[in-house]
Amino acid sequence: MAKRILAVDDSKTMRDMVSFTLSKAGFEVNVAEDGKGALAVLGGGKFDLIITDLNMPVMDGITLIKNVRSSAQHRGVPILILTTESDGAKKAEGKAAGATGWLVKPFSPEKLVELVQRVCP
Amino acid sequence: MPIGQDQAANPFAQFRKTYFEECAELLDALQSHLERLVNGNADEETLHAIFRAVHSIKGGAGAFGFDGLVAFSHVLESLLDQIRDGKVAATHSVIQLLLRASDALADIVSAARDDRTMSAGFAADIVASLEDLLLGAPDQPIDTTVPVAPVQVSGEVRYRIGFTPHTEMLRNANEPLLLVRQLRRLGGLTIEVDTARVPPLATIEPEAAYLGWVYTLDTGAPQSAIREVFEFVEDDCDLTIDIVAAQLATNPTAPVTCTQAIAQPLVKNGEINAQPASPTQSIRVDVDKVDRLVNLVGEMVITQAMLTEQSSMLPIDQYPALIQGIEALAQSARELQESVMAIRAQPVKSIFARMPRVVRDLAATLGKEARIVTTGEATEIDKTVIEQLNDPLTHMIRNALDHGIEPPEVRTAAGKPRQGTIHLAAAQRSGRIVIEVSDDGHGIDRAKVLAKAQARGLVPPGAALSDEEIDNLIFLPAFSTADKVSNISGRGVGMDVVKRNVQSLGGRISVQSRLGAGSRFILSLPLTLAVLDGMIISVGKETYIIPLTAIIESLRPKPADIHPVVGRGDVLALRGEYVPLTYLHKRFSIADAISDPCRGIVIIVQSESAGRLGVVVDELLGQQQVVVKSLEVNYDPVEGISGATILGNGRVALILDIARLRDADCAARQEQVSEMARLH
Repeated sequence: MAKRILAVDDSKTMRDMVSFTLSKAGFEVNVAEDGKGALAVLGGGKFDLIITDLNMPVMDGITLIKNVRSSAQHRGVPILILTTESDGAKKAEGKAAGATGWLVKPFSPEKLVELVQRVCP
Repeated sequence: MPIGQDQAANPFAQFRKTYFEECAELLDALQSHLERLVNGNADEETLHAIFRAVHSIKGGAGAFGFDGLVAFSHVLESLLDQIRDGKVAATHSVIQLLLRASDALADIVSAARDDRTMSAGFAADIVASLEDLLLGAPDQPIDTTVPVAPVQVSGEVRYRIGFTPHTEMLRNANEPLLLVRQLRRLGGLTIEVDTARVPPLATIEPEAAYLGWVYTLDTGAPQSAIREVFEFVEDDCDLTIDIVAAQLATNPTAPVTCTQAIAQPLVKNGEINAQPASPTQSIRVDVDKVDRLVNLVGEMVITQAMLTEQSSMLPIDQYPALIQGIEALAQSARELQESVMAIRAQPVKSIFARMPRVVRDLAATLGKEARIVTTGEATEIDKTVIEQLNDPLTHMIRNALDHGIEPPEVRTAAGKPRQGTIHLAAAQRSGRIVIEVSDDGHGIDRAKVLAKAQARGLVPPGAALSDEEIDNLIFLPAFSTADKVSNISGRGVGMDVVKRNVQSLGGRISVQSRLGAGSRFILSLPLTLAVLDGMIISVGKETYIIPLTAIIESLRPKPADIHPVVGRGDVLALRGEYVPLTYLHKRFSIADAISDPCRGIVIIVQSESAGRLGVVVDELLGQQQVVVKSLEVNYDPVEGISGATILGNGRVALILDIARLRDADCAARQEQVSEMARLH
């Protein structure tokens, strides 16, 4: 069965890119526009990986990660955060909150697939 | 390098369109949040939203290789981050800089979209000012990312890797087994497990990490490749990587080839790019093709109407299936038509978003203070209409700012806020799109307008005009109330051109105004130019269509309700209100028509300019959706007629243009009035 991935980003471009690339690589991709939407989607079943942006309205990525790590059902799900070259502090903050790894924007489709396969083979 | 070539190689090229659509939205959001900042009603979330907009634009730009855009948005983003953290205060001058930067950002985005390159010095002053502010900020994070030159190692090297995870590593869902699998891809691997730290079973915490490993790896991959495997867990484990033996003898089945295959970026692999592109969420279609579809569906609707009409003569008990089928066909035809129209619909946001800049630029030129508030940006309207709406709308906004909003001192003296407000609103109202441009300026000075119109001979002296009629004088050709000729509101173009543009789209424009309180221009546009719901009426042997949206009611009046009024024709007393009547048989010179409204039917219609009119006809024949065929294209424009259609019986019927029917009536009466004035 295809691995299920939840991609969380307020930018449609990013959601489309991630979702298209990973679908093509054989993953089942669900999307959400912010942390709150992500938690709602997570309520609907089991996921093998969460990829989330950090800067989002309503609920940001850090809060989402903390929520996931403290939930009984999803605490063990790997979480990749999307960061940019310049926010090193953000990376540490994401890590401290419980992120598994990070993906630096801009990324190539291959890099994305490789990273995803690394944490979610 | 030409960007076009770049794009072809970009694996994300297909998301370009989505990106620029999103950019438009983000720039729009940026704009409106900056407006809030300007107006002083910004909260913390406003600052976050501003930051996010720029951040998202930058994020996407990186993916498409728009380096200039990345560079500019990066500097802007950095400053916004400082403002968000309270390290740089959002003073008036900082906000002004942000506004200029957002305008420049919009320019750079559109340049990237059109594959243009900005000139070298573009916005250099803005970047310099942004950087100055950044340098002044305390705790400025310095980008310390230094590209690390890859260390070249030839041949195989044996590494000894000590790896002891901390509990946090497991908590963050990093799986040690996956790391092993990664290492194995780099070369020959032997593993020793260190179980020394595992406590007695009774005291084991299920989620704690107790194991450690020592890996021996023979690989041709550089040490950085090994580091990369542990990239995510470096801080959450004890990791040692030592070279045990360099330059191992090359094994014939050496994993070197394998390593190379992994290290070789797939992006260079032609096969990947040659894969057929999967269907995306939007497709580009030539507008001509859509138009042909619209036309064909139109023809189909006409045929379907004909079938429906013919079937209504059949006895339903003999042909139940046929009649049911025709009804189902009518339903599907209507849905098909709506779907086809929806293809052409676009939100008005695309043009609304351009207006704040128009206001800002012009306000600066005029030395006035103004802001623009927009509502209903999501309202959708036909693409053709949208494209042609930009100029009239821009003109109306400029006009409101130039002629409506007073200079700050005048406003303060009048007890108004220094800053004027222009409100731009769109809404869908009974099958039409209504766009309003209102301002809180000084409104139309009717005495001045009337005097000017009389001086120009547009209105006969002594004619009694209603307030509404005076206000509408500003739409007459070459009418200008500005004391000196100003090239600001329309480069010498008057409101008459705006009116003509709007009318050519099947729209109407009207104005409401209160002296001292402001003006409101109301644009009413059809959702689509291709179909309308019509009431079929007959006058003598002729058949006409009245747009259903214009009809308020129909009635057969009593003789006592009809009053002739000198200079105004007949009026109908309707619940205490007097409605002017127009006789279609007189207008269109139709013989054998019913001339007495008390024996025919009066249809009360409302035009957008708020005027009511009673149209006297013989009979109502029924209601039908009709496909509009242009008279201008197929024949010549006719006053009072907006188009033609083909009815179910194959006959042509003309569609009445209610607003112009009324205008023409008013004009005719004004002529009468001036005729009488001359005779007296």
